[in-house]
Amino acid sequence: MKRSYKLQDLDCANCAAKMECDIQKLAGVNSANISFMTSKLTIDADDGQFGRVLDEAQSICSRYEKDCVIVR
Amino acid sequence: MNKKQKRWRNRIIVALALFAAIFALELTGVLERAFGEENALYAEFALFLIPYFIAGYDVLAEAARNLARGHGLDENFLMSVATIGAFALVFFPDSGPHMAEGAAVMLFYQVGELFQSYAVGKSRQSISDMMDIMPEFANVMRGGQLVQVDPYDVAVGDEIVVKPGERIPLDGTVTEGASQVDTTALTGESVPRSAAPGVEVISGCVNLTSTLTVRVEKPYADSTVSRILELVENAADKKAQTESFITRFARYYTPIVVGLAAMIAVLPPLVFGGGWADWILRGLTFLVVSCPCALVISVPLSFFGGIGGASKLGILIKGSNYLEALSQVDTVVFDKTGTLTSGTFEVTHLLPAEGVTEERLLELAAAAEAFSNHPIAQSITRACTVPIELENVTESEDASGRGVRVRYRGDAVLAGNGRLMDENGIPYTASNLVGTQVHVAVNGAFAGTIIIGDVVKPDARAAIQDLYAEGVKRTVMLTGDQAAVAHAVAADLGITEVRAELLPQDKVEQVERLLEHDGNGKVAFVGDGINDAPVLMRADVGVAMGAMGSDAAIEAADIVLMDDRPTQIARAVRVARKTMRIVWQNIVFALGIKFAVLILAALGIANMWMAVFADVGVAVIAILNAMRAMRTKGL
Repeated sequence: MKRSYKLQDLDCANCAAKMECDIQKLAGVNSANISFMTSKLTIDADDGQFGRVLDEAQSICSRYEKDCVIVR
Repeated sequence: MNKKQKRWRNRIIVALALFAAIFALELTGVLERAFGEENALYAEFALFLIPYFIAGYDVLAEAARNLARGHGLDENFLMSVATIGAFALVFFPDSGPHMAEGAAVMLFYQVGELFQSYAVGKSRQSISDMMDIMPEFANVMRGGQLVQVDPYDVAVGDEIVVKPGERIPLDGTVTEGASQVDTTALTGESVPRSAAPGVEVISGCVNLTSTLTVRVEKPYADSTVSRILELVENAADKKAQTESFITRFARYYTPIVVGLAAMIAVLPPLVFGGGWADWILRGLTFLVVSCPCALVISVPLSFFGGIGGASKLGILIKGSNYLEALSQVDTVVFDKTGTLTSGTFEVTHLLPAEGVTEERLLELAAAAEAFSNHPIAQSITRACTVPIELENVTESEDASGRGVRVRYRGDAVLAGNGRLMDENGIPYTASNLVGTQVHVAVNGAFAGTIIIGDVVKPDARAAIQDLYAEGVKRTVMLTGDQAAVAHAVAADLGITEVRAELLPQDKVEQVERLLEHDGNGKVAFVGDGINDAPVLMRADVGVAMGAMGSDAAIEAADIVLMDDRPTQIARAVRVARKTMRIVWQNIVFALGIKFAVLILAALGIANMWMAVFADVGVAVIAILNAMRAMRTKGL
């Protein structure tokens, strides 16, 4: 399933690109996209794993930008 | 500026002031006099650390945090290493002091970061302002009173009241009232449209002159406004090739430059011996230039600006990739009906026989066609200014496929094609004008011919010329019409190629053939979105026009023109070209300066000041340039 989330405090374009790249590699993720300009994260992942994927995505985001929060 | 940015700004101002003061003290020699020549250096070192920490403590902290977690190479880390290194050079006896540079690099880096954050926030804001078409409420009659409700809560079939100055919240049909409606926010067209009972109105338009009552036809989620907002929101998800290229490039750029920096700092002194400080400084200068920020931020910003600016003109672009493709279009394929022509039949010529007036000819024809609802019949009825009273029309008889015969005020009237005339032995003159010919005879005598054609849109010719001016090489018209009609229209408009007498399914094949044919340039297909969804999807760029309220078109097309003026196509191309120009300007400029500074730094010519400019200065200039993409007014 494909879902979109707002990313709060996404300030760095390069970080966004790195986050996108790392989230795409998470297990269970079919595709992931971060639009820096609209601060939006779109994840296409397997239904059952969405919770875990989001948790892992959040920790990736915080790693690159410590204030960045996925608004669920 | 938000709160976070304001605190940030104040901190930078304090640090800048301190830095300037210390710099002045150093230059004027006050430090040397106060501390003596020996100790001045250490006093300077300590003093410059103050603005350095004020400006950059968060950068240092972030770098340390990343290092502790075992992944470095982010910009915080690189800037920290570069600046700490500059300070540390003071411990090398053979080097001059570089504390001022160290502090300055940190300061300007922060200035650049703040500016980036501000500029991005600003353009996010201005684009959401541009798309300020979201209706906040709907006026609904509930229990005899007019109440304001959320447009979400209005059901199909409900009647809403739109007062002058209010935005129409949902798509619907006017049931009461007559007014002017401003569609600027949706179409970029500033001439208001009139609304009267029976007329469909689109959400997002502003009611201008008087109150309208509208019966809602679509729920809010399916209304034009929600669809447009959704479309623009999602547009940024589809990245252009240039955008992905830059992101990929950034992934390699930083490690490579950092690697080079390490090599420059260590290898030459090891191989040739001595001079550590100088080579380390060159390496540190490399680090300052190693962040690809200017590119990574300015490219998506330009695309975003271009898409936002286009939407202000009533041109909705569904993704950066389509904007990019549109800029490379060299073949434009048009569907004729509804795109270049208005798609409605109109009387174009009246050719009365001798002794018959034009009015009489039209009246006779209109009387003959009075009971028909065929589009051709309707166009004649519309053109006729004399009211036809139906009780005067008797003995109406359909001569299947050839025309009609009726008795009108006692006269026997025939209206139809040449065969109808032949069958009745009426000599007539066929015209060589393009269009459908309706011959009229009264009481056995030829009364004249009416030519009915699909009217070419007033700006269709200008649209084609504009496209040629933009460097489009081929224009092709596809149509189901007869070859003669098609060629006449094409010649009139300046279109070079015509494929006529096509069945709807042939159009896909024609476009596919053009796609194969073409080497570099992209093929755009322009249609009205009705029946041509497969073609819209097949072309490199599918453009649907006149799409206000047409769901199928909005769905299938890559680019949606909200109104039906064909000149908008060239306008869209101009927006795309401008955006791509800006993107490439930024790429060439940013990379050019960075590489130049890298080379100069390696040779020991560029100092840290130049490196700071190559990093921050370039980013600021690239961002300012990118923001130009939003301005599309004169295009």
